[in-house]
Amino acid sequence: MPRTPKLPKLSPRAVVLLTLALGLGLPAGLFGAVLVLSPLAQPDFFVRAVLGHDPATWPHAHLVYGLVMALLAFMLINFGAIISGMTVWWEMRVSSRMQSRIGYNRAGAAGFFQWIADAVKLLFKEDLIPAEADGMLFRAAPYFVMTGFALTFVALPFGESLIAADLNVGIFYLTAVTALVVVGILLAGWSSNSKWALFGGMRSAAQVVSYEIPAGIALMVPVLMSGTLSMQGIIRAQGAWPWQWHAFTNPAAAVAFVLFFISQLAEGNRTPFDLPEAESELVAGYLSEYSGFRFALYFLVEFGNLWVMAAISATLFFGGWQVPGVGPEVYAAAKGAGAVPALGWWGLQLLSMVVMVAKTVVVLNVIVWVRWTLPRMRIDQMMNLCWKFLVPSAFVAFVFTLLWQLLVARAPALGLVTGVVLTGAFLVTLILFGRQVKANIAAAGDHVDLTNW
Amino acid sequence: MEKLILRRVDRNNEEMILNFGPQHPSTHGVINFIVETDGEVLRKAVPDVGYLHRSIEKIGEVTGWHGFMPFTDRIDYVAAMFPNEGYATAVERLTGIEVPRRAQYLRAISCELARIASHLVSLGTMSMDIGAFTPMLHGIRERETINDLIEALCGARLTYNYHRIGGVAFDLPEGWKERTLAFLDHFDKFLVEFDRLISFNEIYVRRLANVAVITGKDAVDYGLVGPNLRGSGVDWDVRRDLPYGAYDDFEFAVPVGQGFKGTVGDCYDRYYCRCLEMGESSKIVRQALLQLPEGEIMAPKVARNLKVEAGEALSRVESARGEMAFYVVADGTNKAYRVRARTGSFTAMGIIESASPGLMIADLVALIASLDVVAPEIDR
Amino acid sequence: MTTSEIHDLLKARFGEDVSAAPPPPKGDAWLTVKAERLVEVCRFLKETAGLEFDFCEDLTAVDWPKRNVIEVVVHLLSYKLKHSLVLKVEADRGSPVVPSLYPVWKTADWFEREVYDLFGVTFTGHPDLRRLLLPDDWVGFPLRKDYAEQGGWHGIDNVRENPLVELKRLDDSARAEAAKSASPAPAAAPPATPAPTSQA
Repeated sequence: MPRTPKLPKLSPRAVVLLTLALGLGLPAGLFGAVLVLSPLAQPDFFVRAVLGHDPATWPHAHLVYGLVMALLAFMLINFGAIISGMTVWWEMRVSSRMQSRIGYNRAGAAGFFQWIADAVKLLFKEDLIPAEADGMLFRAAPYFVMTGFALTFVALPFGESLIAADLNVGIFYLTAVTALVVVGILLAGWSSNSKWALFGGMRSAAQVVSYEIPAGIALMVPVLMSGTLSMQGIIRAQGAWPWQWHAFTNPAAAVAFVLFFISQLAEGNRTPFDLPEAESELVAGYLSEYSGFRFALYFLVEFGNLWVMAAISATLFFGGWQVPGVGPEVYAAAKGAGAVPALGWWGLQLLSMVVMVAKTVVVLNVIVWVRWTLPRMRIDQMMNLCWKFLVPSAFVAFVFTLLWQLLVARAPALGLVTGVVLTGAFLVTLILFGRQVKANIAAAGDHVDLTNW
Repeated sequence: MEKLILRRVDRNNEEMILNFGPQHPSTHGVINFIVETDGEVLRKAVPDVGYLHRSIEKIGEVTGWHGFMPFTDRIDYVAAMFPNEGYATAVERLTGIEVPRRAQYLRAISCELARIASHLVSLGTMSMDIGAFTPMLHGIRERETINDLIEALCGARLTYNYHRIGGVAFDLPEGWKERTLAFLDHFDKFLVEFDRLISFNEIYVRRLANVAVITGKDAVDYGLVGPNLRGSGVDWDVRRDLPYGAYDDFEFAVPVGQGFKGTVGDCYDRYYCRCLEMGESSKIVRQALLQLPEGEIMAPKVARNLKVEAGEALSRVESARGEMAFYVVADGTNKAYRVRARTGSFTAMGIIESASPGLMIADLVALIASLDVVAPEIDR
Repeated sequence: MTTSEIHDLLKARFGEDVSAAPPPPKGDAWLTVKAERLVEVCRFLKETAGLEFDFCEDLTAVDWPKRNVIEVVVHLLSYKLKHSLVLKVEADRGSPVVPSLYPVWKTADWFEREVYDLFGVTFTGHPDLRRLLLPDDWVGFPLRKDYAEQGGWHGIDNVRENPLVELKRLDDSARAEAAKSASPAPAAAPPATPAPTSQA
């Protein structure tokens, strides 16, 4: 009795190469653009060092600055779009394995180009606007959602100095702009003039507004621990090794991560909190009346937000881009004295970017697993969970952290000990989890087969 | 003209009137509910059926006695063995045709496989309605194997048309017994896995336990049958209590709801009764295959142009959706005078209006799913 | 308990209002109840110890134009005592009226609506008697033996041409085409020079 369909033999070599080239080339190109553009976007640096002018007196400084910024913004939006497409592909592949299906396997090797095909298909579909809908709001809603999504990339760190703008209120900025998404969803729900859409919009408003609170308080914990709101500052306050990460140096921060993760699932409308678009209850919720490219925008944002969620988690709790053994002095040394940093510095930046992306992808994977495993909660249960459990726990974690910081200030060894203990506990949990999974698979009469991919 | 169903809801107050269906992902076919809601909480859900009415009972009056058999498949196309068996049994009761023992065993085997397949679909779609997509595909995967087996048996995967008046159409193909036994070995493991995946999931349990409780008294009064009745704690199974066919030869338990995770008669009891029933069906198939007697599979001398003397008979079979009764009336010609199919989904729909007040929209979905209504069975 | 035993019990209570047909050689026996005592009889059957028909298994009807009656057939079953009973009520075909069993068994609600829908039997005392399967404004009662289709509903045709007729028409037209192109072919053989193009 085969448990999982045996996948057909590999695609032709040319297709594999093309897929690999595009699958690696697209993100690599965009990452490269981010890598090059984010230091250049500092006007001081670029205008003075590369163009050789004094930005204070040179009349075109703002023009150049704006141009580079626009280019960077374009790259980041594209990065968001492409990464959300790739997330769709990854999610579909993972879910198809979880569900004993074959899944995407037609367009490109392993069906990699399916997301492009889907996007193109949606692009060509008729852009229907219901006759009774409020046309202007209906058209405007996707832009709110898209704007809220695209703006997050401004303060999202990718590497040691790879960030479009290291705002000193970075984490506040992020929570503020992601809240814009709910405005779009509410508009969509209201303007569609459909009862199902309205239900979805109302549910989403209730859900997102409620879960902003535990999320907001939970992310205060790493802020307290690092004493800054800046994303880069928070990462710099952590070390590279797991026992130096916020999540493991403070028991309350581990709790805060769980709270934050749950709240992020709710804010991103992901199972088990996908009530606003619960297809078995509300048809498609606020998306019911959308078609064509407007629908695609919502989808793009939904999947792109996974990246944002995962990246914020990695930043706040898992040490972001910190590379083991590479402290700030190494970066400073590698930068050299010249106006344009030395090659080694660029290499270090690339390395930090790889670390950050790897952590993000791991968290992202967990979100995908959760989505395809859990059923959906009911709206009252969801509200209960938020107000009766998450909000109080977040407050407790917050207060605990205040006391903890005092303790750690007195006895710095405490942080290290907790870090080692919690890391160990985490590793043990991981191993037990893996063994349980293996035992479950064996109990079902199947075996782990990694070649059938 | 105003639809009369709208008289059932109050349209002059603040509440919202929703059309839940006919094209809605969780109505399990084309069924419409007029739902009166106050925000998320239902005042009432009034079912509006008939979208799938194909006048199968009228068709039964114009086709011959044998000719109606393929149409019975369409009464319940999720588990088409049962209407087959119900109709054949009714006509056999009316004509006094004796079905050979082997044919009765084959009927039991095919029906129990169909029951497993039907429950897999039902439980899978139920978990999908609750929001978990994966269990459904796991269920469909197992059902696929059953479909393969039944296809090997009778050549059809959905509308089987396998039973005949007086027996069954085909004997077991070569190697079928071994294949089926191998599948059952695998399936028993699958049941454990399925429970681990979804049945004991905390969110799932909380979504279903204590939701839409139907007491045993109400269940009997509203004529619920099958797993819905047993989920409410009424210990009744036609296969055990009024045995037909080969069922008195088999050892099997009848799972009854006992408030597995909440109250007796809640959605979870109905759900879990089905889970347990699949295990029992698997036992029955195994026993039937091992005890299968040799012999004929068709009663001798069943006339092609069957003429049935005047009279009437009712047959009861335990279908996947509960007791299915076929009532046939003959007037001495070669066609039925009246054929009537009484189905489980039909009465299950009748209770929704009285069970719905106070539920939330998500609970209504759970209620519909836990009653396992199948649109063609309601409308026929 | 068998039907005849139940009949004896009922005769003692209701007299000639409940009558039994001679038991058929095969199939089920039944009792015929006068319409006006139906609810009473059913309540008696449900509540008397020793009968306890708690489950109304089926309620349907059979149309007998020759006898000018519509029989409403009620199948009862007792979960406790595992016996069953068939009751029949005869109603005049012209204006069939039968008292509703909804007060006794709630499941009669939908069964009676179905019978009302398909046979046109009016159930007095039913809380919500309207068509169940067919649209509210459907004309006629389809399961009656003399039902004739109305030929459509709100412009939706319910008569469909046999697809073979369309196929034959296509065939015929193709054949006619072929015949046309075959026979006048010699006449059209000298190619007429297309005037406008040659000028260009």
